[in-house]
Amino acid sequence: MTFEVILQLFDSSLRLATPFLLACLAGLFSERAGIFDIGLEGKMLAGAFCAAAMAAISGSAWIGLMAGMGISVLLSALHGLASITLRGNQLISGVAINFLASGLTVLVGQNLFRLGGQTPQLKGNARFSEITLPFADTLRDVPLIGPVYHDLISGHNILVYIGLAAVPLTWWVLFRTRFGLRLRAVGENPGAVDTAGVSVVRLRYEAVILCGILCGIAGAYLSLGTSAAGFVREMSAGKGFIALAALIFAKWQPLNALYACLLFGFLEAIGTKYQNVDVWGLFILPVQFMQALPYILTVVILAGFVGKAIPPKAGGQPYVKEE
Amino acid sequence: MKTFKSWFLAAAGLSLATAVQAQGPAIIYDVGGKFDKSFNEAAYNGAEKFKAETGIEYREFEMQSEAQREQALRRFARAGHNPVVMTGFAFATALEAVAPDFPDTNFAIIDMVVDQPNVRSVVFKEQEGSYLVGILAAMASKSNKIGFVGGMDIPLIRRFACGFVQGVKATNPDAEVFQNMTGTTASAWNDPVRGGELTMAQINQGADVIYHAAGGTGRGVLQAAADAGVLGIGVDSNQNHLHPGSVLTSMLKRVDVAVYNAFKDGTDGDFTTGFSVLGLDNDGVGYALDENNADLVTDDMRMAVDSAAEQIIAGKIAVHDYMSDESCPVM
Repeated sequence: MTFEVILQLFDSSLRLATPFLLACLAGLFSERAGIFDIGLEGKMLAGAFCAAAMAAISGSAWIGLMAGMGISVLLSALHGLASITLRGNQLISGVAINFLASGLTVLVGQNLFRLGGQTPQLKGNARFSEITLPFADTLRDVPLIGPVYHDLISGHNILVYIGLAAVPLTWWVLFRTRFGLRLRAVGENPGAVDTAGVSVVRLRYEAVILCGILCGIAGAYLSLGTSAAGFVREMSAGKGFIALAALIFAKWQPLNALYACLLFGFLEAIGTKYQNVDVWGLFILPVQFMQALPYILTVVILAGFVGKAIPPKAGGQPYVKEE
Repeated sequence: MKTFKSWFLAAAGLSLATAVQAQGPAIIYDVGGKFDKSFNEAAYNGAEKFKAETGIEYREFEMQSEAQREQALRRFARAGHNPVVMTGFAFATALEAVAPDFPDTNFAIIDMVVDQPNVRSVVFKEQEGSYLVGILAAMASKSNKIGFVGGMDIPLIRRFACGFVQGVKATNPDAEVFQNMTGTTASAWNDPVRGGELTMAQINQGADVIYHAAGGTGRGVLQAAADAGVLGIGVDSNQNHLHPGSVLTSMLKRVDVAVYNAFKDGTDGDFTTGFSVLGLDNDGVGYALDENNADLVTDDMRMAVDSAAEQIIAGKIAVHDYMSDESCPVM
């Protein structure tokens, strides 16, 4: 395996990890505030559809991105209404959002474009194109650093960089601001936050809306930032659930989330690039196994092989003010 | 009361009459969806052409999941639709079960052989069409590295791959062909993100012409090729218009002709059952040439392909069929 091949593999991992990462950070905000969210998948799908539909109509990827974030925030608010205000079961509300998104995207898409639930192929400014970072071409010939900078770090679309930038930003918001402290507290002990005179309901709504924004970006990445160049039905393909697994793997820490998502992206890249792997001439790992790797890892993680992952203490419980 | 009774009986008689009365033809599309710009869309175009020419309405159904196959078939047959056409090999098991129950209904299945007295099995010699675009790919490639992205990993798609590689190697024995399949389930027909990722991996390895046989997944393949400034090759429908100047050509598989013929024969009353093989000799397969790729295909290339096509028809070139022995001599 040459250096060049490794670079290509990492390059592909980074592209594939981006939707996981954005959705994972979205879940992190929500769950840190005590709202479990298995509707990440549905919000991503709805975000992908709205982004593609608006980009197709307006011709601008940025308007598409805004629309994707908008619908995802709307679904988040719905989840908030069901689980915060009406104190319903958070898991059921999340499942409902997944079903809603899966059906509505195709239905609305069919009515808008008459293409069997797809959007038209997006061209030009309706997609996020690759960005060449400054000095990428001049530094190319510098040994080691040059190729890494040129091939791996440069040459992605803006949403990949937004995803990467969201990691330290999330860390800073959660651990270095007053808002973050309160948000974490509301997931651990909402009673204490309430006693301090801070609104639990308001904080939890803020958290799910942040979750919606990030999920919307993740969805927009799928339809505007990949070679799909448009929406096709069920295009999120379980990525929201993998992001959820990555969140548990990361033990609800932003930096760990980056590593976990890169690992999932890497496994997917390997499954794509190496379809049948010959293990020292002894036996051949079939393509099915290689492509199932991210899912196998998910099961392993959820079975608790990575040490104890302790969720926020008040997660999943609606907050009821004491009489 | 009496009027109600007679009205009820009349209604019952009417509904009974509609049940046995012959309806127009019907078509069922496979999971990739009617507008996959490729295989199913070709079938759709054939059905639309029939409607435009004859004015006869047809019914259609798009599969959403595997579980619907048999149900959809039975529903159309029971409603009296005749003939019922289905696009895709995956209908074979369902059709085996349904066809004997409706002996008076004519069925046509594309891409698969179902041995029942009321079934027409339409198969294509994809290896011949793929051979032709393989020649074009080898002549257009500057790096001598060529890619193939398949959809679901099944013998039918390997037949595309095998014919393609034979065409490439016959033109340039030194050329290297990278091959990838998108997946092993039906979702592999509709995964443009993975298709694009596979294509980028092949481009990174040096490929500069990439052929796909992947239905809706091919949307990602052609997009990734166009983004990277290399050439893609479409499949089934003419896909040259998707990215003008970046799609070298398309391997045409005249699914539209097969659907049109089945509809026409069925409604005219001269539906034949059994085998129907469409190849180069009866224009069942071919390659697409239009204003979108006129600048990409040079006269030399066109001459090479046309002479190869003549030799295949005359039997001077034998293109190996992967499905005849589940192996490929050049791979």
